[in-house]
Amino acid sequence: MATNVRTRDGGSATSRPASRRSHGEGPFRFLATGAGVVLLAIMAAIAVFLVSEAIPALQANKSSFLTELTWEPNSSREFGIAALAFGTVVSSLLALAIATPVAVGVALFISHYAPRRLAAPLGYLVDLLAAVPSVVYGLWGVTFLVPLLRGPSQWLNANLGWFPLFSGEGIVGGKTMLAGSVVLAIMILPIIAAISREVFLQAPKMNEEAALALGATRWEMIRIAVLPFGRPGVISAAMLGLGRAMGETIAVALIFPATFDITFQILTPHANSIAANIANAFGEANDIGRGALIASGLVLFIITLLVNMAARMIINRRKEYGRTGA
Amino acid sequence: MTTIQHISTSRRIKDRVVQGLVYLAFALAVVPLVSVLWLVISNGLARFDMEFLTHSMNGIGARDANGGAYHAIIGTLEQVLLASLISVPIGLLTAIYLVEYGNGGRLSRSISFFVDVMTGVPSVVAGLFVFAFWILFLGFQFSGWAGALALAILMMPTVVRSAEEMLRLVPTDLREASYALGVPKWRTIVKVVLPTAFTGIVTGVMLAVARVAGETAPLLMTVFFTNSINNDPFNGPQMGLPLFVFDQAARPNDTAVDRAWTGALTLILIVMLLNLVARLIAWWRSPARGR
Repeated sequence: MATNVRTRDGGSATSRPASRRSHGEGPFRFLATGAGVVLLAIMAAIAVFLVSEAIPALQANKSSFLTELTWEPNSSREFGIAALAFGTVVSSLLALAIATPVAVGVALFISHYAPRRLAAPLGYLVDLLAAVPSVVYGLWGVTFLVPLLRGPSQWLNANLGWFPLFSGEGIVGGKTMLAGSVVLAIMILPIIAAISREVFLQAPKMNEEAALALGATRWEMIRIAVLPFGRPGVISAAMLGLGRAMGETIAVALIFPATFDITFQILTPHANSIAANIANAFGEANDIGRGALIASGLVLFIITLLVNMAARMIINRRKEYGRTGA
Repeated sequence: MTTIQHISTSRRIKDRVVQGLVYLAFALAVVPLVSVLWLVISNGLARFDMEFLTHSMNGIGARDANGGAYHAIIGTLEQVLLASLISVPIGLLTAIYLVEYGNGGRLSRSISFFVDVMTGVPSVVAGLFVFAFWILFLGFQFSGWAGALALAILMMPTVVRSAEEMLRLVPTDLREASYALGVPKWRTIVKVVLPTAFTGIVTGVMLAVARVAGETAPLLMTVFFTNSINNDPFNGPQMGLPLFVFDQAARPNDTAVDRAWTGALTLILIVMLLNLVARLIAWWRSPARGR
């Protein structure tokens, strides 16, 4: 059929089907593109509406939003982000410091140590950690982990009390920054482990075999051929985990004692975070209070956005070598 | 004549130590999972009865041992369903755009980048956004629908990513065969590409649902809170199962804490079931079973 040639619009040159078949192409393409644009619009709208609804509260603030420690927007209208932002950053970094070594170990276990038949199911087991809802971790943390950490907290204080993080008077453990950070660490472990595992699995087999052929032990092979290759992936995985930890709300809202001060003494009952404060204070906030919480949410949004964008840029640069599963 | 040298003791010890540490790391990761599941099951079974599943907290005093989470379960199911109805079409269409129409242009690259960034939006921020936009700016009241909006924002990036991955797995040959028969591109996508990727997309959607079903923070400022049954997600405050757990856990009475554990058990059962079914579908369909 010489006449049945496809034309540029993807339809057929014969008269009958062209009208019926291809008139859906334009609208369909429009819908698909539109959906993508909607996603971009939502991201923009989040920023716009958080800013616009925060402004009245920020104008009513009688103190400096960036340096004030206390959070009294409902009554005296003095509130600031300083103590909350400090708590968010420190507890997340602490969680990251606890989670990253374990997660890298887990990733190596799945990718290079576990028997091959067991690797996939065991990896799934670790992924299940991510399926446990945040509020359940909070409940678990309050009833199980907090009492469990009493002894170790007192021991750390007694024996390593010279170290600023473990210093403080009359340590009894309980609801501390440390307890919250341990729960955060458990919650971000699966994402760091999953991404690191994907990266380690992509390490060039040739290099690994060459290292083994030269007589390297398994650890030496991993150090020479796997870790250097995986480093950028692990770094970006850790940063994604950091972003998660900063935004984590309910678990720390149940554990942190909701104080408003700045201290590095992680064994004392002084801890709070932006997200935990939003969850704890929202129910009883008046108009100014809610605006203030929206302002603090905006700060959290900006911080996590920066961390995530940096992490994604590192991953995307790596994609030139091969796709990561992230 | 030297034969192959023994590996020196120090190297061997180091190798063994690292192996021990790697095994230890895995054990450390599994311990909390086992501990959480054990405590949830052992503490949650006490109140896991018909009354819990069929009654609300309406008129239950502070020290009463009865009462249940029916209102919260209904709320969660409705909110998650509505969130899926919003996020699945948008997410799927975005994935189709990225795979079939984007061609690596500037728009598709920025959408792809911001989908990744969106996965990192804290759930509490999504809740605050819906509160600021839907309730403060547009003037609607707290409702299950507002909660669904927040959950939809959290679901979208997950749906896009998983659907995109599945669409990319569809062989180009299939598309070209369809084009060769004179089928236009959009009908090829609807009739050939989507059916081929269907189970994979279902898996991704279910994992996304499982992820948001456990979210508490965005519900706090969108569906707010209620003790009684509200079947209408569009009118008035609702409850959600995660919110129920959060609320009961913060109360001082043991009876409330018992209800919190049972709520947690119900929630984990729902989430794990969704996860398991999703993984089974994925496993059943995967061409090369197991890696």
